[in-house]
Amino acid sequence: MQKISRESLVEKAIAMLQAHEVSAVLGWKKGEFDYDITPALFTDAEDLQKNFVWNDFCGANFSKYLVEKTRNIEGKILTFLKPCDTYSFNQLLTEHRFDREKVYAIGIPCEGMVDIKKIKDACGEGIASIACEEDVLKVTTLYEDAPIAIETETVLAERCLACKSKKHVAYDELLGETGEVLESNRFDEVERLEAMTADERFAFWQNELSRCIRCNACRDVCPACTCEKCVFDNPNSGVENKAAANSFEEKLFHIIRAFHVAGRCTDCGECSRVCPQQIPLHLLNRKFIHDIDRFYGDYQAGAEVGSRAPLVDYTLDDLEASEIFEGRDN
Amino acid sequence: MRKCSLSAQDTLFAKLAADATLYLPVDTADGATYQKWESGKVWSDALNTNKSPKEFFFPQMEDLMAFKTAGKTIELIDTRSETEDFIVFGVRACDAKSFEVLDRVFLTEPQDSYYANRRAHGTIVTVACTRPIETCFCQTFGIDAAEPQGDVSVWKTETDLYFNANTPRGEALLQKIEGLTEEADASAVEAQKEQIQKVLKKLPLKDLTTDGFGGDKTEALFDRPEWKTLSEACLGCGTCTFVCPTCQCYDIKDFSTGNGVVRFRCWDSCMYSDFTKMAHGNNRLTQVERFRQRFMHKLVYYPANNDGLYSCVGCGRCLAKCPISMNIVKVMKTLGGKETC
Amino acid sequence: MQVKEYKPLIVAFCCNWCSYAGADLAGNNRLNYPADVKIIRVPCSCRVNPMFILRAFQRGADGVILCGCHPGDCHYTSGNYFTRRRMALLFSMLDFLGIERERTRVEWVSAAEGAKFAATMNDFVATVTALGENKRLEDLRCKK
Repeated sequence: MQKISRESLVEKAIAMLQAHEVSAVLGWKKGEFDYDITPALFTDAEDLQKNFVWNDFCGANFSKYLVEKTRNIEGKILTFLKPCDTYSFNQLLTEHRFDREKVYAIGIPCEGMVDIKKIKDACGEGIASIACEEDVLKVTTLYEDAPIAIETETVLAERCLACKSKKHVAYDELLGETGEVLESNRFDEVERLEAMTADERFAFWQNELSRCIRCNACRDVCPACTCEKCVFDNPNSGVENKAAANSFEEKLFHIIRAFHVAGRCTDCGECSRVCPQQIPLHLLNRKFIHDIDRFYGDYQAGAEVGSRAPLVDYTLDDLEASEIFEGRDN
Repeated sequence: MRKCSLSAQDTLFAKLAADATLYLPVDTADGATYQKWESGKVWSDALNTNKSPKEFFFPQMEDLMAFKTAGKTIELIDTRSETEDFIVFGVRACDAKSFEVLDRVFLTEPQDSYYANRRAHGTIVTVACTRPIETCFCQTFGIDAAEPQGDVSVWKTETDLYFNANTPRGEALLQKIEGLTEEADASAVEAQKEQIQKVLKKLPLKDLTTDGFGGDKTEALFDRPEWKTLSEACLGCGTCTFVCPTCQCYDIKDFSTGNGVVRFRCWDSCMYSDFTKMAHGNNRLTQVERFRQRFMHKLVYYPANNDGLYSCVGCGRCLAKCPISMNIVKVMKTLGGKETC
Repeated sequence: MQVKEYKPLIVAFCCNWCSYAGADLAGNNRLNYPADVKIIRVPCSCRVNPMFILRAFQRGADGVILCGCHPGDCHYTSGNYFTRRRMALLFSMLDFLGIERERTRVEWVSAAEGAKFAATMNDFVATVTALGENKRLEDLRCKK
């Protein structure tokens, strides 16, 4: 259950709309069920009152929408940012992707978002309703008479289990409190893979990437991927393709996708959240982040506006490519 | 109607797999997928496989032909290989209906020989859904989850498997396993069908109708202002199209291998910015237009050309998979209904 | 029956100002290095997009080596410093995906180092020959 109530967000949004301080509100809109929430632009109070949602299913990161919406909308946009969203927000500002003046950002605390897949695994398919209560979710299904109570903690999304920060690094106003940068275990899985033999790693990724259907959802949702024309969509690039012909093309796409956001990826985890084939894509991004930290010193993309990304920077005594594996025996 | 004990299913699968490749849904850590059956593989009860079985007939990627050039001559190489017989087992009623949608596209003249070839070699065994879920809405399109079509229909009860052949090909299949099955009366199946009907009446999307859609609704729907808000959050990814059992658009491209050219086709998505790109550029420049195209095709253009048949079967995959949870149900509820037309 | 000796295909990206001149010098001095090395001249090592490296493997390379000016000597002042970071991360990622790390290499070769160029290529070809054919980043369509 989220600490800040839906009502307080709606109240704030309506007040700002009615005072004409903002002309639209970027928020989460109710779906058919209790968990299928869609990002939406609200422009009137009635709609907000009726359809605005804030609960444990509001995982979508809004920062990327600002790039397009700030261009197409007159006046300011009010947006609610969870701590992890603020990093993407800053990163986009660093890259001059939208006009800061056109956004009114309200930081809201986040207790972690849940993963509907985990709920379905725990309660069985056929979800009729889900009520978010303090620390538990009350789930009713089409096949069980009594509601099932599951602890929210047990169904948190993977990315939230390894949350890197509860601190808002950008906002015009805070509702509720901001937190601290956390000590997270987010690189554990990367290190587990690094400890494997090359053959094991190859087998692991072969299995993961072979499931890719090239829907491009990981790219399209990524707040760091804001190119107007992606190299993979451009027939003149020589690498454009709509489906992977073989395992080479699977690797090509995923290596390049991760490389293009290396040093700019804030580790928001949207890529893995949206993957319809449940490929742990964030591991590729985290590998780059971890390497950057080790080779060139700790760097968190989006922690501040205007910081120089590691791949557009250098020092005279950087590590040589031949030295990166020193001290590793596998 | 024939039946066999559920405990004998492995023997049955072994028998089927003896003269044709047998595919069936198998659970993995990441959801159910169709896999080639071999001893030890367990038939999954999952309702939806991750990807739909349309892949068996219309694979995501296939080579059409190859060329080799030498001087001024071009040699054309036929890359088709004779497809062997195969059985797709455990197809749900919705997915089975999707083959009819695909057939109307690929098997009308001029026939797509690649598709037709696979279709001629495949036998489809369907299974009734005893536990439909909240995302199911096949009833909207007149599909009966208790009475799945295909070459053979199967009903799985607590103890037995019941078989009914619907086509000559299905009868041939049942002939093969005649020794493992026995004649049965339909009472257990009838009881199951009744139970399924009861569940279907409880589903949250049971009241969804196609009112307001159909072949003659282009003008009524095309310029509706709601398209803009509906498509507002659309990322433009291809998830919905690629998990969809009826989406059938593809692109044909050439790949230069360095010593020749391979011409292949692969699935395409109307959500992509380079979909149907032509010499003059692109004909749908905004995501609103691309988004509208997908749903207009399913609910208006396709039925206009195919005797009113909608090209959605209500499997619910797009409901479960869309990164931003925008889907055909929300579109139909927003734009459809009796009062709006 | 005669067994065909395995000869790897090596792609060497060489910067125009140092390493390509180094290769020239190696030739002028009649220094030997295997003919399996195919040199692609680039204006600066920094011109090499990670995609080039992957595409070289796709097109049948068994090893890819990138040669540029020594750090500090870049014709464009700082190009090779960017290359150094980029390739360190790319090679680390290839290793993360289980691709043999010996198949890729960065070497700084100046215009005066004809001998180093030949020695580097001899060594790299020997390493890749020992590894054998590139199977993990191959595209079978390009091998028919």
